[in-house]
Amino acid sequence: MDYTEKAHRPIKYSIFVYVWLALVALTWLTVAVSGMHMGRLSLISPFIIASAKAFLVVAFFMHIKYEAGIFRLFIGVALATMFVVVWLVYSDIAFRS
Amino acid sequence: MSDYAAGAQGNYLQKEGRGGILSWIFSTDHKRIGILYLVAILSLFLVGVTLGFFMRLELITRGPTIMAANTYNSLFTLHGVIMLFLFIIPVTPSVFGNFLLPIMIGAKDVAFPRLNLLSWWFYMAGAFLAILTLLIANGPADTGWTFYAPYSIRTGTNVTLALSAVVVLGFSSILTGINFVTTVHRLRAPGMTWMRLPLFVWAVYATAWIQILATPILGVNLMLVVAERLLGIGIFDPAKGGDPILYQHLFWIYSHPAVYIMILPAMGAISEIVPVFARRTIFGYKAVAYSSIGIAAVGSLVWGHHMFVSGFSYTAGVYFSLFTFFVAIPSAIKVYNWVGSLYKGSLEAATPLLYAFAFIFLFSIGGLTGLILGALSLNIHLHDTYFVVAHFHYVKFGGAGFGFFAALHYWFPKMFGRMYNTKLANVALLLLFIGFNTLFFPLFVLGFQGMPRRYYDYLPQFTNGQLISIVGSWILVAGVILMVGNLIHALFKGKKAQANQWGGATLEWQVPSPPPKENFEEIPEVKYGPYHFKRD
Amino acid sequence: MNETAEIAANKHKDYTGAKIGMWLFLFTELFLFFGPFLLYSIFRYRYSTDFINAGSELSLFVGSINTVVLLTSSLSVALSISALQKGNKKLTLLLLGVTIVLGAVFLVNKYFEWDAKIVHGLYPGAEALLSRPKGEILFFGLYFFMTGLHALHVIAGMSVLAVITFFVMRDKVTQSDYVKIENGGLYWHLVDVIWIYLFPLFYLIR
Repeated sequence: MDYTEKAHRPIKYSIFVYVWLALVALTWLTVAVSGMHMGRLSLISPFIIASAKAFLVVAFFMHIKYEAGIFRLFIGVALATMFVVVWLVYSDIAFRS
Repeated sequence: MSDYAAGAQGNYLQKEGRGGILSWIFSTDHKRIGILYLVAILSLFLVGVTLGFFMRLELITRGPTIMAANTYNSLFTLHGVIMLFLFIIPVTPSVFGNFLLPIMIGAKDVAFPRLNLLSWWFYMAGAFLAILTLLIANGPADTGWTFYAPYSIRTGTNVTLALSAVVVLGFSSILTGINFVTTVHRLRAPGMTWMRLPLFVWAVYATAWIQILATPILGVNLMLVVAERLLGIGIFDPAKGGDPILYQHLFWIYSHPAVYIMILPAMGAISEIVPVFARRTIFGYKAVAYSSIGIAAVGSLVWGHHMFVSGFSYTAGVYFSLFTFFVAIPSAIKVYNWVGSLYKGSLEAATPLLYAFAFIFLFSIGGLTGLILGALSLNIHLHDTYFVVAHFHYVKFGGAGFGFFAALHYWFPKMFGRMYNTKLANVALLLLFIGFNTLFFPLFVLGFQGMPRRYYDYLPQFTNGQLISIVGSWILVAGVILMVGNLIHALFKGKKAQANQWGGATLEWQVPSPPPKENFEEIPEVKYGPYHFKRD
Repeated sequence: MNETAEIAANKHKDYTGAKIGMWLFLFTELFLFFGPFLLYSIFRYRYSTDFINAGSELSLFVGSINTVVLLTSSLSVALSISALQKGNKKLTLLLLGVTIVLGAVFLVNKYFEWDAKIVHGLYPGAEALLSRPKGEILFFGLYFFMTGLHALHVIAGMSVLAVITFFVMRDKVTQSDYVKIENGGLYWHLVDVIWIYLFPLFYLIR
């Protein structure tokens, strides 16, 4: 194994501030949208917006954008596991007689 | 590759600092931690065996014989909790994973030695809490090791404490898993590519992923039951709109993959033993390596086969039954490859190989009866009968347990630098094998005839089967005593073992027995695969 | 002392290794919350009207404030890492302090929010709650369990950051040796990510 580090340079303050502004804006958006009654869409829109926020936090605040590929692979494994578990549990919940 | 000499370091067993027990229980040396686990886990195994022995003995006559019905309930619960959470889940990864994984990949220790020690302390705390349920008022839990809601919410016994014990043990398991994954990724010696990893390392690596991803789900599930008991949040309580079947889902999402936490490292050990005593490289290295990952992945999709009669949906039943059949594929790949490796090898009938044969035979029976249980229609007839009990004992004891014994006899000379009496070890194996089959095979028949599990009583037509099984339990216990006695005797009086007792090619056999404190004078450079026996 | 540093073959501190370990630990935290999330989705599917009725009783205002508070604390901890990497120790300490204070603000808000519900008898096991429809009992059961578990993680994160602040003061975490603050930051961000999902679950359904 090589132990060499990619000395990742400090990330600019301004990037973090922009990300934070985007996060606050998305929070405002999700609150605003929740008041409108859009049927099925209002069920999934908070989830989509939350995922966008989580993506921003993970990519920038948690440095995944700047890290080695192995971290993305690991996250993929974890998310895939969750997806499969949800699918199988719902194969019960959705078809219960 | 020549022997890496011990040099001036001395071995890890030699007195360190002021010596004494403190130099052990606060040691961050992965080898000492492995030994700590071995001592603790084997002690609890003997407790579990004793409990099982008395459960069998109770059934020697019909009606109450040596205990009342609720004592029997507590006994099978405690037997399950100890044997699963304290013995068979941690045993092979924690003992041999800790002791050998760093040496096998050419590292000086695991990635996080202090977390490793913390993990052992969590294990001891969990063991303490589990034993404590016996001693305080209300008595030990009587729910069975599965703690099914809603009964586990209502019973007055010490369920909360037992659940806390399991959660604490979960922490221990998670820390071990994190350590192993990081170690395999970061601390491999130069030249130790993924395709040169010993198969035991592959198996422990796959296991570690299950430990990381599945254990927290069990943890939060049990926390929910605790919250249910203390606060009444209602999630699993039908009276408040909750759904106890969801408890079963979250329980088995962990607890089925947990079976693979038990069996995978045992399979890994067998994959080490077979090529060494067949004196040839393993047949299908990649197939065996990837099948470990395959078992871990597909094995995470089959938990619902524990719930076929719980009232969950038929659609889910079909999926889970299908995946249950799928998981047989990677398991069978391993069995075929072991047998393929033996073919045309120059076999040496040494003790570890004989134990490995016992493993392959018993695991095959366990695995095949698993397919019977995985079929939706047959499951309705066999659910919660002795057939299930027999099946999982064949997998967990016949498989994981015998795999552990095989590993113990294979690596004992490496760990302690001494050899046991091989004749006695073989006699012990014979007793274990005969005892095991006499004990558990009749249970298949009894279960097929309708004998339900977890009853302290039975109908007259089951008497003969029960008696045969009880005699088997005596033979099995005799075998366990002989095996453990033989090993303990060897610790003190055994002949000195050689550095490479069996002629293995993996790195742990290239260091002295017992290994030096730092494992290697300098990190070795790996030039060959793990089963490359011809060296220039 | 047998530290990770020595094990990494006398060469270098293995930062990637430390971060891999941290991420694996974060996965376990994620799966810890994943269980109740799954349960929530199932009960919401079964009792949607009850869930909407119960959800409307929570204060959207307080929930939104707390979301912004936690997002801001994430910003400050992310900035503190960059500050340390640039060698600005004072700014690092200031930003870590801000993070911990924001964590405390979050908990105080949470306390008042819980208190308001408990005063009205809306807590698991209370008579007032048990007389309501089943879906509402479950909603509040999940609400207290999940926000309670999250609050415990906020407290844990604050303790971790407090220890790291201490390390920075004592120069045990420095410009050239900053993996501890990175890992502490990762933990804090995860607590934030979990809240990002908890917020719509309980406050935004109506």
